[in-house]
Amino acid sequence: MSSDGENDDFLYEDDYDDAFDQDDEIDSTSEPDVYDALSPAIEEAPQKKPYDVSWKVKTLQEIIDMQNKEITKIQSVLEVPASSAAILLRHYVWNSEKLQEQFWNDPATALGEAGLSPPSSPTTRTAPLPPSPTKRSTRSSKAGPSSFLKRTKSQPPTSGPFECPICCMEFDQQAVERNTYSMGCGHRFCKDCWTEYLAGKVKGEGESAKIQCMESGCGRIVREEVIDEMVTQDISKRYHNLLNAAFVADSPTLRWCPHPNCEYIIQCNQAPTRMLNQLVPTVECKCGNDLCFGCGYAASHRPVLCKIVRMWEKKCADDSETANWLQANTKECTKCQSTIEKNGGCNHMTCKKCKWEFCWVCMGPWSEHGTSWYQCNRFDEKSGIDARDTQAKSRASLERYLHYFNRWANHEHSAKLDAEFYQKTEKKMEQMQNSGNLSWIEVQFAKQAVDAVIRARITLKWSYCMAFYLKRNNMTELFEDNQRDLERAVENLGYLLEQNISDTESISKLRQDITNQAAYVQKRHDILMDDTLRGYLERRWEFSVEI
Amino acid sequence: MASTSTRRIQKELGDLMNSPPEGIQVTPDEDNFQIWKIIITGPPNTPYHKGKFQLSADFSKDYPFKPPVLIFKTKMYHPNIDSDGNLCIGLLKTENWKPATKMSGVLQAIYNLIETPNPDDPLVSSIAEQYTTDRKGFDKRAAEYTSKYAH
Repeated sequence: MSSDGENDDFLYEDDYDDAFDQDDEIDSTSEPDVYDALSPAIEEAPQKKPYDVSWKVKTLQEIIDMQNKEITKIQSVLEVPASSAAILLRHYVWNSEKLQEQFWNDPATALGEAGLSPPSSPTTRTAPLPPSPTKRSTRSSKAGPSSFLKRTKSQPPTSGPFECPICCMEFDQQAVERNTYSMGCGHRFCKDCWTEYLAGKVKGEGESAKIQCMESGCGRIVREEVIDEMVTQDISKRYHNLLNAAFVADSPTLRWCPHPNCEYIIQCNQAPTRMLNQLVPTVECKCGNDLCFGCGYAASHRPVLCKIVRMWEKKCADDSETANWLQANTKECTKCQSTIEKNGGCNHMTCKKCKWEFCWVCMGPWSEHGTSWYQCNRFDEKSGIDARDTQAKSRASLERYLHYFNRWANHEHSAKLDAEFYQKTEKKMEQMQNSGNLSWIEVQFAKQAVDAVIRARITLKWSYCMAFYLKRNNMTELFEDNQRDLERAVENLGYLLEQNISDTESISKLRQDITNQAAYVQKRHDILMDDTLRGYLERRWEFSVEI
Repeated sequence: MASTSTRRIQKELGDLMNSPPEGIQVTPDEDNFQIWKIIITGPPNTPYHKGKFQLSADFSKDYPFKPPVLIFKTKMYHPNIDSDGNLCIGLLKTENWKPATKMSGVLQAIYNLIETPNPDDPLVSSIAEQYTTDRKGFDKRAAEYTSKYAH
């Protein structure tokens, strides 16, 4: 019986594709053309990019089936009971090749190490038989004064009444069969003690696959069916959940979806840890949310590598609980000093009080933005170099960090306003249907534009984290050019989406503008993403930290 | 109710008092037999020789499903015992504890640990380092502690 070819469970075909490569069809150059955002072509299977990974979404039942399939295989190959096969597989972390190799090499050792030693095995330090003088003296020679090491408790059940070594209750011969239990190792205890012990292990300590016999020094693993019989249904259910959780945790190709209340498991064999210095394996769960298969981050953090995300998050947690950070959510109008809380996606702010128009990011007047040179996405590194004394230098480094952090946090904040943005847009779409004689289908462009803005904002957010860790060189300049282009496109689109609708004529014009701008945002987004992710594979990026 | 815990502690206490192991003396607390006072006599051929080291053993109501808590009351210079009397011993850790493990076994293991320190798994790394690199200095210091505190 061959085990080859049975492994298809661990080799998956690609069924899903990333949200980011659906745009080869978009025929738009840097100046957006007339483009129908409703084109169904956008949904067609796109080509797989070299930096994308394939994955499958599994249900808990499929995970259980995967285990059972392996167990059945091992059971028949090694001719052992199913529960033994399960214990062996768990011990060898589901590596059936290694298990078979070790088993055929030395069955007794393989069984013993996995916790399935036969009763005669020397792994049990405390013999189940009455104490023998020879045994005691062997210990004494090494252990010194151990004459007290009596083992009068573990009488074999057949010779007179049995006393449970745990609770010291006596059982007569008839009751022994009914009320006590011993595993293959021969250590007998009463069922009440078993129940108490197993429930404590599962519920109290969250143990599952490694629960051993109660005898000291005995490594015998308690079988599934024993646990199921001894404990209540609740605890048995928890036990099996723990076993499944351990199976997923032990497998490098499986990961739980991190989103609340989602019970799906992602399976991906193209993102091993060693590849995470050049891959960002963003996947989408069936619950509709993105996650990173590499690190379990509960959203897409593309185009940034997992390790840099961890560094950034740690840095932000360490450094950012400052007034500066708290100020990220409210700002003062630069003209009249009214406190303003940003409640929408667009960075073009108009003070309700004094009507002053300014940019939320750089706080400069808006008149200098949008149409003229947009300087909002870069930090002027040269000003830092000019700093003469150390104080100025440290201030510059903090300023540099805050520059990137504020932009990162700003996009994070904007993305959090998603829900509101959606609602606003829906209202606007209704308005358009009512006043502009547009059909439901025809107003979908607005929703798609919002989607594009949100997607681009998440990418922009992470692009600032990326830029913070990039070394200053030509490649970084190109990266920041792409970043700036996307940022400008997003702000323009955000601004268009915030426009008030007055009359029918302006609606069709607005629709045209939004559709064009959304296509442009999508294009810029894809360029930034594609270039950055390819850059890892081509080893173009140089970081100021070790990756 | 004569719970498992009570029955088991009484049984073990009886066994230990009837046939006390060499170098180990056990007496329960007057008011509460779930707290034991234990005196270990320092093993020969060690710097702890003839010292009287006092320990307390505290049994929870979950005993024997949860391990007892053992604390040294006598100051000791030992790589596996810290200045608060905590000791680092594998079989007393919750995850390793076996309900069938008897106090006699636990006390034996502690006796062995006093006899043969385990510097590879230290609680006080400075003492462990001295134990491996400067055994003479360690012995001297441990003997000083013994004569000063353990009588």
